[in-house]
Order: sequence, then C-alpha cells, then structure tokens
Amino acid sequence: MSNDTLTVEIWRGQEEGRFDTFQVPRMASQTVLDIVTYVQRNLDPGLSYRFACRVGVCGSCAMTVNGKPRWTCRTHVDKVADEGVLRIQPLKNLPVIRDLAVDMTDFFEKWTKAKAHFVPTETRHDEFAQVSPDDAKRKEASAGIECINCGVCYSACDTVAWLGDYLGPAALNRSWTLVNDARDGGQTERLKAVAGVGGCQSCHSHQSCFELCPKHLNPTASIAGLKRATVKAALKGDI
Amino acid sequence: MKTHRNHANYWAFVLHRLSGVALLLFLPAHFYVLGLAVERSADMDAFLSWTEAPVVKLLETGLVILLAAHMTGGLRILAIEFLAWRDWQKSVVAVTGGLSVAAGLLFLLNAG
Amino acid sequence: MTPQRAETLEWLVQRASAAVLAICVIVHLAVIVLAVQGGVTAKEIAGRVGGSIPWLMFYSVFIIAVALHAPAGLRNILREYTPLGRRATHWVMAAVCALILVMGFRAVIGLYGLGA
Repeated sequence: MSNDTLTVEIWRGQEEGRFDTFQVPRMASQTVLDIVTYVQRNLDPGLSYRFACRVGVCGSCAMTVNGKPRWTCRTHVDKVADEGVLRIQPLKNLPVIRDLAVDMTDFFEKWTKAKAHFVPTETRHDEFAQVSPDDAKRKEASAGIECINCGVCYSACDTVAWLGDYLGPAALNRSWTLVNDARDGGQTERLKAVAGVGGCQSCHSHQSCFELCPKHLNPTASIAGLKRATVKAALKGDI
Repeated sequence: MKTHRNHANYWAFVLHRLSGVALLLFLPAHFYVLGLAVERSADMDAFLSWTEAPVVKLLETGLVILLAAHMTGGLRILAIEFLAWRDWQKSVVAVTGGLSVAAGLLFLLNAG
Repeated sequence: MTPQRAETLEWLVQRASAAVLAICVIVHLAVIVLAVQGGVTAKEIAGRVGGSIPWLMFYSVFIIAVALHAPAGLRNILREYTPLGRRATHWVMAAVCALILVMGFRAVIGLYGLGA
C-alpha cells in the first residue's frame, strides 16, 4: 500500500444532500463494501446502505463508485481509487431512499410491464417439454438468464435517464430470454409489451449496459433481437 | 473522465447524433443554393466562387466528414440491429472513424 | 393504429430509409469528390442534372429517403431532451418532412428543367 488511509466521499441524504468525507485505513484486498462497512461500524452508524451475500452472487450492494455503477463487494479499492480518493454514491436513475440505498420499485415494475415472466402452456399432468441445449433459440435464452437484477445496467443506461418510460436493459433482456423460450405461451402479448412507448426501439446501442454488467450479459444484443422480433410481428399483423 | 459513459460506443453515439443535427440544419441552406441555379445562376456562381476560399473548403471538409461519419455510424447500428452480434464492437467504431476521415481527406485534397 | 404498431413501423421506416440513404450517400460523396475537382459552377451542375432522367430519379429517391429519415431522428432528440409528447413530436416530424420534400424537389426539378 502506498498510503495508510483512503479519503472517501460518501453521499448523504436523498436527491438533495451532501458528500461527507471520511478517512478509512487501507487494508490488503480491501473492497469498496469493506470501506462502507468500516465507515458505518466505526465512524458513522447513521450511514444507510444495502448488502447481503458479500461475495458477488446477490446483486444487493450495487452503488456508483467514482462515477460507475458497480458491485461494491467485488470492486477492489486498488482498482478504482485513483490518487487515494474514492467517491461513493447511490445508483443513478432510481429514487434515493437514504444515503446509498435506492428504491428499486420502478426497476421491478418495468420487469412486469415488459411481460418478462413465463407464461405456462402445460400442466403437471403433461410430459416434460423437450428442449435441446443445442437449439439456437435455447442458446439465445441461456445467454441472458443469469441476470440477478442488481440494477447496474439500469443505472448506467442514458436512455433510462432521458426517457422516463423506457423499460431498460434488464427488463428487456429478461423479455428476450422468454421470447426464445419454446415452452412459453405469451409471445404476442410480450412483443406488444416491448414495442411502443418505452420499448426496445428506444435503445440507441450505447452499450454501457454491456460494458458494465458484472455477469457479462449483453442487453444490447438482446434488445436488438427484440427489435427484429417486433418488426417481424408488426409486418405479420400480430402487433 | 469519471462517468460510466467514457467508452467508444458512447462517443460514437454522440458523434452520430450531433452529425445528424448538423446535417439537418445544413439541408435547407443546401437546397436553397441549388435552387438558385434556375433563375439566379449568376448569384449561384458568385456564391460558389466564394466557397473556393480555403477556410470555406475546410468547413466543407468538416461537412463531408460529418456526412460520412453519420453514414458509417448508421451502418454500424444497422449491423448491430440486423446481423448476428460481433464482439469486436470497438474495432467497428475505429473503422467507421477511419472511413469518415478518409472521405474528408479525399474531398479536401481533390478540392485543392 | 396502436402506439405499439405505430412506433414499431416508424422504427422500421427509419432503418429502411437509412439503408437506402447509405447507397445514396456513397454515390453523393463520389459525385462531390469528382465534381469539386476544378471547381463547381452552376453550369456544371445544370449540365449533369439538366434533362437527365437517371439523375432526376436518383435525387428524387434521395430526397424522399431523407424526408422520412431525418424527422425520425429529430423526434428521438425531442422526446429525450424536451417535454414534448407523442402528438407534438408527430406534428414537428410532419413539418420537417414537408419542408425537406418541398425544398428538395423545388431544387431538383428546377435543375432538371434547365436541360430540357
């Protein structure tokens, strides 16, 4: 370590607020979540933040670190603290409850609006569906299903910031996995849900979502797929 | 720059949007000047000889680059939306940038 | 027509006109580079386009494609940075489309007529 302590600026308040500055001792293999935890336990118990697993599988600890949305439990301080300064803010594009905790309601409501949920066609009395893992559509679906809804892509998306209705990369990516699910029975309604105002056509392929997704998913490619699917459906008269 | 936007595909978008606006604003002037050929060809020739000035040729080169940038950037978007995904997106941005500058140079050097 | 259908078809028109414009722009850039050698004059332009059905057809396609493409791009900008809603932006699009068609065809038909 080149320095003993790190200067950390942390957002306090809601949309209106201020940055509080703390001096935090540096340690080996320290993550940004370690920093926030240290501040709350030793310097200011009033700091609000979220976490759960601490090991990069739940997505709860996402925050804006030096301008970029990241999982704080998987962000090593060495990688992001230029000149010994760290600036930590809540995720963008979502209302701030307090300090570093944001209200994820809009994020999940858009998941519903995008009809990004499975519509079954069979019952427990039917045989299992036979879907080959080599099937092209299944591969498309499998490429996108590991999303844990952490909100990093939504927070990074400029179109979400500019167009309040925009469903966003996570919801649209999830929808695309279901468009490719051979067992699903809600295809037409789903394509209607992802076309139109706030739909897939609003994406400008900035690819900030793809750049920043900690699970290396590709919402830009999924949304491109939705664009093709909705146009095909419109030309056929289905939407 | 400390934001999430500091990457190639975002800047490609900014260039695409700005060049589109610039071209849209340029068009009415362009159509107006062309229309002069019909009844006011002397005025048009006067305007055209004004455009021979080196400063104007540089500005026109800028316009050519903006047109080529908007077109190549647009083809990049069409490829993302209609063709299978390629992982070398940043290289595509580099190629579109190069083609735009090449178009500008083709114009500038031939205009001299 | 539902908003979903309208938005999807508007998007398609924008992309289709973009593909047409790619070809038009490549031709246009070639013409520019060739024409600018030795200086451009009214006579030179009239000599190329005047009385020429192929050039008239080319520029007509070019103008129509721009008139469809530019308003859609402008609409995205207005929807994202101004408070204008769907109806208002549709009116702006129609106005820009009309402006491009009128000014463009006035120019090209005028130039074509010079060679008749």
